[in-house]
Amino acid sequence: MLSRTAENLYWLARYVERAEYIARTIDATLRVTALPAAYIGKTNEWESALLTAGVSASFYESYQEATEQNVVEYLAFSPSNPSSIKNCIEAARLNSRSVRTALTSEMWDTINSAWIELQEVWGKGTSSREELAKFLRFVQETSLRFDGSAYRTMLRNDAYWFSRLGLHLERADNTARILDVKYHVLLPEEEHVGGPLDYYQWTSILRSVSALTAYHWVYRETLKPWLIADLLILNDTLPRSLASCYSNLVRNLDQIGVAYGRQGASQRHARGVRNRLEHSHMDDIFQHGVHEFIQEFISDNARLGEIITKQYLI
Amino acid sequence: MAVAFDEMNVPGADLRPAYRELSRWLKETPPDALEYRRQEAELLFRRIGITFAVYGDAEAQERLIPFDVIPRIISAKEWAVLERGLKQRVRALNMFLRDIYHGRDILRANIIPDDLIFQNPVFRPEMNGQDVPHDVYVHIAGIDIVRTDADNFIVLEDNARTPSGVSYMLENREIMMRLFPDLFARHRVAPVERYPDALLSTLRSVAPLSASAEPTVALMTPGVYNSAYYEHSFLADKLGIELVEGRDLIVKSDEVFMRTTEGLKRVDVIYRRVDDDFLDPLTFRPDSALGVPGLMSAYAAGNVTLANAVGTGIADDKAIYSYMPEVVKFYLGEEPILKNVPTWRCREPKDLSYVLDNLGDLVVKEVHGSGGYGMLIGPAATKATIEAFRDKLKREPEGFIAQPTLALSTCPTCTASGLAPRHVDLRPFVLTGSQQVTIVPGGLTRVALKEGSLVVNSSQGGGTKDTWILDE
Repeated sequence: MLSRTAENLYWLARYVERAEYIARTIDATLRVTALPAAYIGKTNEWESALLTAGVSASFYESYQEATEQNVVEYLAFSPSNPSSIKNCIEAARLNSRSVRTALTSEMWDTINSAWIELQEVWGKGTSSREELAKFLRFVQETSLRFDGSAYRTMLRNDAYWFSRLGLHLERADNTARILDVKYHVLLPEEEHVGGPLDYYQWTSILRSVSALTAYHWVYRETLKPWLIADLLILNDTLPRSLASCYSNLVRNLDQIGVAYGRQGASQRHARGVRNRLEHSHMDDIFQHGVHEFIQEFISDNARLGEIITKQYLI
Repeated sequence: MAVAFDEMNVPGADLRPAYRELSRWLKETPPDALEYRRQEAELLFRRIGITFAVYGDAEAQERLIPFDVIPRIISAKEWAVLERGLKQRVRALNMFLRDIYHGRDILRANIIPDDLIFQNPVFRPEMNGQDVPHDVYVHIAGIDIVRTDADNFIVLEDNARTPSGVSYMLENREIMMRLFPDLFARHRVAPVERYPDALLSTLRSVAPLSASAEPTVALMTPGVYNSAYYEHSFLADKLGIELVEGRDLIVKSDEVFMRTTEGLKRVDVIYRRVDDDFLDPLTFRPDSALGVPGLMSAYAAGNVTLANAVGTGIADDKAIYSYMPEVVKFYLGEEPILKNVPTWRCREPKDLSYVLDNLGDLVVKEVHGSGGYGMLIGPAATKATIEAFRDKLKREPEGFIAQPTLALSTCPTCTASGLAPRHVDLRPFVLTGSQQVTIVPGGLTRVALKEGSLVVNSSQGGGTKDTWILDE
């Protein structure tokens, strides 16, 4: 297939995944900030929402203060934020239009309808919490529909695999970013703190990767920070964990390698990262520093993106 | 201007037979049911994303072409005449192009003046003496046809460069079949769905000799911002070929390749929807970012077929148009089956003075214009506009032709105040391959939605209709 087509499919999936992630981040932050101050302490949760979205620096170029209104506007609707939900959906539609021939009609319909709704219903942003909740649901449903129609209607060939690569690479990056911003509340030493303060932080983390229920099914335990870290980093059964993303990246890259009869740098690099995740234990990770581990992961993941681009997309 | 011929109702006569069932059905169908389906059709168009862009209109970057749900119907007998006439005309166009870029018999026979060719900006000296596979220049032609009465089909314009609109022929039919199954059940309408297959066979048949037995065909688009982008992606999809942009292609040792995830892959036939000027920055406009450097040298080496060929603009030029009856006779020794609109060539002093004296009754068109831009419709224009045009004409007479205002035929059309006649034209698509000329029975009917308007161009507020060729 055309390199440009593969590139568009890859970015299309990334944009949709990113839009959903930003929506989840806003949603989780809304819930935490709705709690009385005694439960969440003095941290500004909107500040950390900006950090997990990776747009804190650019935010302060346009705004003075990280208030709910400012941050929601910036994350959801701002045209000047390249990762805003609005821009993600617009970029996704532009990518879709460029590769219409590689999309199934269901996928096109999902993106095109979302784009139309974005303009017609959400053109002016939201004016109440209720509307905002509706908007966030719309974004998450768009992502689910898109993912579902890709899964159910695409031929299992390189077009599908490239789109999956974009999805899992973006997802791994998102999960890693939450961990990067919130790692301090997951440190086992802080277990003794254990007050309601951290408890709500933990549920918020789990909620932003839609893993709150999953946690209880996996561990059958009350919330323990090191288990949350274990779930998000090493547990292969959780779709948004780093381990699961890399199983998928390796699998899809292998399928491309087999179909093209050639393995390359991206297959080797992805396998390297996956092996490291497979052979790690939470104890060791804590010992060597969660923060360092996550930082290294983020740069490895970005590196994989570069290698894929070089090997296939240009 | 005479009263226009209506294709359904002729005053004082019976309903025209092709429209009998439709008329009966229209009487049975309540107006709000029709309106409801009209809205449904619009929704479908939007969801599928069948849009076009209007240049210079930032508000409406992507606009829908209005779709009228009342079909336009042509009988089998009428179509048979049209089909023969179209084949004849396109055959002549191809022979004319071959001649112009080779022996130039027609110039030596003094049928067309030399300077009309050599001083014409759409004449491509690069094509002199250059052979093209199977001598086919115009693989895809869109011939604009109007009618003024029951007997005559008249060619208004030949489109021999990159004619668009065929996606509407196909999509309009899809949507009509979804919305009006009952109406289809009462007619025998010739199908159009074979068009993509016919187009692919046509393109494969003209692959260069150096191509493999399974030639690779690609559709080249200027990109998502082009007004016809939807059509490009639609056709690439239906044909199952790659939709490429200039940056996806690269020329190496006079062969054209596309960049794929598995490395470079040779391309043999390019169905290009990019104008000559933008094809190759090394040969044509150096500022073109849409093209492929070296494409023309691969073309000259005979390693790639461009469809349509480079330089076909000289055949659909409006000044050349006026010579088409002579062109048909010269190459085929036959009388033209399809008539031309009588045309005054403003470059000729006698014609110019007639045109200047009668501006208020004539349609004046730019020789190189298209899309309905830059033309004067005398009877509909204000005095000031006419005077401004008179100056333009005097300054550059060779840039214009003039024609009488035709009473284009009308068809029943949905309007805000119920069904009413509106003017229509027809663009059938003619495919020329190495062995045969194919015309899928149908075409794009454009309709001027404003009362009395004769301008059917989508860029000027025209709409489309499904075109039914009855299969009796």
